[in-house]
Formats: sequence, C-alpha cells, structure tokens
Amino acid sequence: MNNSLIDYVLHLADNSLILAQRNAEWCGHGPILEQDIAITNISLDLLGQSRNFYQHAATLIGNDATEDSLAYLRTEREFKNCLLVEQPNGDWGQTILRQFFFSAYQFLLYEKLQAHKDEQLAAIAAKALKEVTYHMRWSSEWVIRLGDGTTESHERMTKAIDELWRYTGELFMAADYEKKSGIDVSLLKDVWMKKVESVFEEATLSVPEKTFMQNGGKTGVHTEHLGYILTELQYLQRTYPGAEW
Amino acid sequence: MKIHISKYYYGDIPEEKAGGFQDQKSNVDKNSWPLWEVFVRSKQGLDHKHVGSLHATDPVMAIENARDVYTRRQEGVSIWVVESKFITASNPEEAGELYEPAADKIYRHPTFYELPDEVGHM
Amino acid sequence: MPLQDLEKIFEDKIENEIKIEPKDWMPDAYRKTNIRQISQHAHSEVVGMLPEGNWISRAPSLKRKAILIAKVQDEAGHGLYLYSSAETLGSSRDEMVADLHSGKAKYSSIFNYPSLTWADMGAIGWLVDGAAILNQVMLCRTSYGPYARAMVRICKEESFHQRQGFESLLVLSRGTDEQKAMCQDAINRWWWPSLMMFGPRDSESTNSDQSMKWKIKRKTNDELRQQFVDMAVMQVKVLGMTLPDPYLKWNEERKHYDFGEINWDEFWNVVKGNGPCNKQRLAARNKAHDEGAWVREAAIAYAEKKSNQNKQEAA
Repeated sequence: MNNSLIDYVLHLADNSLILAQRNAEWCGHGPILEQDIAITNISLDLLGQSRNFYQHAATLIGNDATEDSLAYLRTEREFKNCLLVEQPNGDWGQTILRQFFFSAYQFLLYEKLQAHKDEQLAAIAAKALKEVTYHMRWSSEWVIRLGDGTTESHERMTKAIDELWRYTGELFMAADYEKKSGIDVSLLKDVWMKKVESVFEEATLSVPEKTFMQNGGKTGVHTEHLGYILTELQYLQRTYPGAEW
Repeated sequence: MKIHISKYYYGDIPEEKAGGFQDQKSNVDKNSWPLWEVFVRSKQGLDHKHVGSLHATDPVMAIENARDVYTRRQEGVSIWVVESKFITASNPEEAGELYEPAADKIYRHPTFYELPDEVGHM
Repeated sequence: MPLQDLEKIFEDKIENEIKIEPKDWMPDAYRKTNIRQISQHAHSEVVGMLPEGNWISRAPSLKRKAILIAKVQDEAGHGLYLYSSAETLGSSRDEMVADLHSGKAKYSSIFNYPSLTWADMGAIGWLVDGAAILNQVMLCRTSYGPYARAMVRICKEESFHQRQGFESLLVLSRGTDEQKAMCQDAINRWWWPSLMMFGPRDSESTNSDQSMKWKIKRKTNDELRQQFVDMAVMQVKVLGMTLPDPYLKWNEERKHYDFGEINWDEFWNVVKGNGPCNKQRLAARNKAHDEGAWVREAAIAYAEKKSNQNKQEAA
C-alpha cells in the first residue's frame, strides 16, 4: 500500500469537500436567485469531485473504507485540506475571492494531474478540469465586477484580499506526500500569480506586498474553523454509529 | 364583470386573510438587473426554443446564468440570450391580418400537388 | 374593439382550452389573480429552500448531501421559472420580492414549520412535495400559457424530489430503532400540515368560483386532498409506519378513505404569521436580500461602466 498516494488523494478530496461544504452555506441565502443557483452549482461540482477522490482513496486503502467513512469518521487532525478552503464565507466578495484563488490553483493542478501515473487519479482530474475551468471563469468575472464596481464593492474586495491572501502561500508549499506522490506544486506558483495579477489589474485591485504565509492544513494543523465544520458535517454519523442512511 | 375569488389554494392565500408582522419596508430595489429572454437549442439540428427569462447585468452573465438555471440537466447544447426590451412582438389583435391570409395559400404546402405513384418519394 | 367583444374572445378561448398568452387581452381580475397566485407560488419555492437548506451541512452521507443540495437548488430554479412567468403579466420580480419581504405577499404555510431531524428531509420530500406535485400536475393545464409551461418544466424536475424523499424514509424505516422512531416522528409532525396545504374545505365557499371558471384551477381543494390521502395511505404501508389519524378508514360507499378533521385554527394562525417559523423565514429572506444589495448594485454599476466605455470607443 502506497501511503503517500493515499494521503495525497485524501488531501485532494478534503480540499473539495470542505469548499463544497462552505459554498453550500449560501444555498437559499445568495444575493440574487440566479447567483444562489450558480454558487450551489459550484458546490455540487466540488462535492462530486470529492466523492470521486474519496472513493478512489477507499479502494487504495481497502478493508472497509468507504467515501463516507473517510469523510465522516476522520478527525480534525486527520483532515488534509489547505487552510484557504476552510475560511468562513464572509460576504459575497470574500466567498468569490476564495473561489477565484482556489479555482485558479485547481485549474493548474488538474491540468498536470491529468498525466499522473495513477490512471484513476488522472481520469478524475481530467473530468474535473472542465468544471474547474468554468469556476475560474465565473469567479474571475465576479472579482473584476466587484473590484471595479462601486466604491463600496472595491473596499470590500480589498478587505477580502487582506483577509485571505495569507492563506494562498500554502497552496504552493508541498507536504511530504505531495512531494512523493503528487506533482510539484511550487512550480505552479508563477503561473498562478500571473493569473491573479491580470485579473486584479482588470479589477483595479492590488496584489499585497510580501505577506507572511500561514500553513499547516495539509498536515492537519488547521485554523479553529475546521472543528466546527466537521462537527456539523459529521454529526449524524457520530451520533448513530454504524447506521445506514 | 363580477369577480368572486372564494377558494384558497396552495400558494394562493388571499391578502385580506393575511395578518402577522408587516414591517412596511416596501422599497423596490433601485439597482434591479435587466431581464433577458433565454433560448436553448436542446440538441444539434434543432431550433433554439424559448425557455423563459432571467435577470443579469450583461450578456456574458446572462449566458452563464442561463446555463446554470435552464440547463441543469443537460437540456442544451447552445444558448441565446437577448435583453427582453429589444424584443418586438406582434400584436395578437393583428393576428387576423398577419396570419390568416396564409390560410388560403394551400399551394405552399407540398400535399397540394398530386403526383403519379411512379415518381416515388419527393 | 369594444370591450364586450374582447371579453367574448377571451371567454371563448378559455371555453375551447386555448391558452391565454401574455399579449392577449385579458380581464384585469384574471391578470391580478394570476400574478398573485404565480408569485405566491414562486415565493413558496424560495422560502421552501430554507427548512431543507437547514440540513445540507448535516446530511448523513455524501450521497444524501449531493441529493439535498441538488433538490434545494431545483427549488431556486423553480422559483425563478415562476417569477419569470409572472413577469410576463407586467409585475417585476423586484415588486413581487418586495411584497414577500414586507409580509404583504403570502407563501405556502407549510414552510413555517421547523425541520427538526434528518427524517424531516424524507417526510418533506414524500408528503410536502407529494402534495405540491398533485397541485402542480393539475396546473400544467392551467389556462395562462407561461404559467402552464413553467409548471410542465417544474413537474418534469419535481418527480425526483418525491421519490428521493420516500426512498430516504424507506431506508430509515428499515434501519435501527432510533431511525424508525425518527421516521415515525417526522411523519407525525408533517402529516397534518401537508393536508392543510390544499387549503380550506370546498364547503367553506358559497360563491361561484372564478378561478375554476377561468381554468386557472382545475380541481377543487377537497378533490386534491382526497387524492392525496388515498395515495399516502397506501404508501405509508410500504414504510411500515402509520399516519397520525385515528379516523382514517376505508369508505366502501365513496371508494375513498375517510379522515379526521383538520385543525383549521392552526391553519389560519400560521397563515396569519403565528406559525413556529414565520418570523425566522422572512428574516432569513430579508437578510439575504439586504446583504446582497451591495453586490447587485456593484454588478450593475460595473456593467454600466463597461457599456459606456464601449460606446466611447465606438464613437
């Protein structure tokens, strides 16, 4: 059994699941019906990706592992998602900025993952890439719209950048399992930065100066938010162990 | 014309029966987004068909919203959007002069022509 | 054209099952009735997202989570189709939404009940969507064209809603004792409110019913309610559960099930705003709308800015 590959697949799964869970909080509370539907679609796409990854991880792990045992019965310290995706939704600006940062990263990542030597992983990435391409387009348009919209929206976006920028560095700091079984994320950084710069320029927003970057999520050292996310997410499975739903 | 509406149905509760808390905040949004009509081609080879409308600020957003709203179940391969205010519709009262003249031009329809069987399918 | 002639043309169309379309002449009251009914129906879809959205974060499996998100999202879509058809009658979505938020417009009272356990997701799907579908199937033949077409689209999508709800209850009914109890409890709480969804009894009204004459509505409340009860009695047996009504009994003469009296005080109280969640539901809608104001404003400002720039470049 290849432990680093399992960890890597779980990391990919956790990223998608936690962001799906966050985005789904908007369902029924969006700024306008059309966008409520749009953000929910993205949530569904991410949830679908996470299920594919968990199912693959379950196969690699064997025994009785299932997508649900992996999503519902691991603890805070076992989750390997990056810190960015667990950050609170904040306002619509913060949510779409988080989406943009992450989708731009996922896009580059999945492009490379399509050629991974693990065929199943490559296939999942290839399928997800189409979705992510759309997420990136949708979220960059929103960043531009709000950055260059009104004075208020510009201020809110500036605040959102201030809030989230420090969690973007971790995306490109490889954990051990990434080095062994994944792809070299540090190589994606420059392209990602170019994308961010071009979108920010059109949005009349500025890229922050040198900021200290937080990290730890990939190895299970999270912000305090994750505990609450898992508390809700896992509640029924924890309360009624072994029940079928 | 005397109107009595005396039955109340699902999603149809008459206002006079309604009470409760009204916070009297009835300001219509001044930043309302324009209305767009959406046409979807369900598969290659078919016409675009009107499916409904939605709100969006620009054509790109209208297409994206249409994708999310009207093709959640792979109902389309192509989408047209047009801002509703640019649609000119014929007036139903003129339906007589617009469409009825065509009713007696049966020579426009292929079945008007009887051909011998030997011609085969034409 | 004189008014009597227009009325005659309109009545003839109704008589001959020809749909009324947006630009056709129609009596004012027909227009108003449709706007009210369609917009209330739209509001019901949108407010209806809240009790179910409430359980998305806690859904017990990834599969159930995906189904629930898709379902609640469908409801947003249905609300949108309905607003869109009401807009063809000359009422803007903003106006309709403002009426909802001020408490002036109503929505289906069922959504003022709380969703307390996971089993409620199943019960809502089976009973609430089941009741709604009976109405909606009937409305596919309603006389106003855009409303009928929206309903056709909605019915096509709704069929999965009731099925997933029932299937979800079926799993609980075959599960642990705790799950069985959860299932029965949810049925007990949602049964009577579901019957109330069909509205007051036919005998309550003595006047002629214009909605039926205009073929906006095609079956009476009691006809639909009876149809619903007859179906549910059969289905609850499959679940091995019971319906909370001691008077439920087959009536050989009527070839229908008799059932007990609905608590009409409760019904009107909830309509009037005193349901367990009226306040929370409206507050949640208002909050979403208010907190979205800057987003809508910025998006329109950006679009205007861009369109002006394009004009300048073209000049």
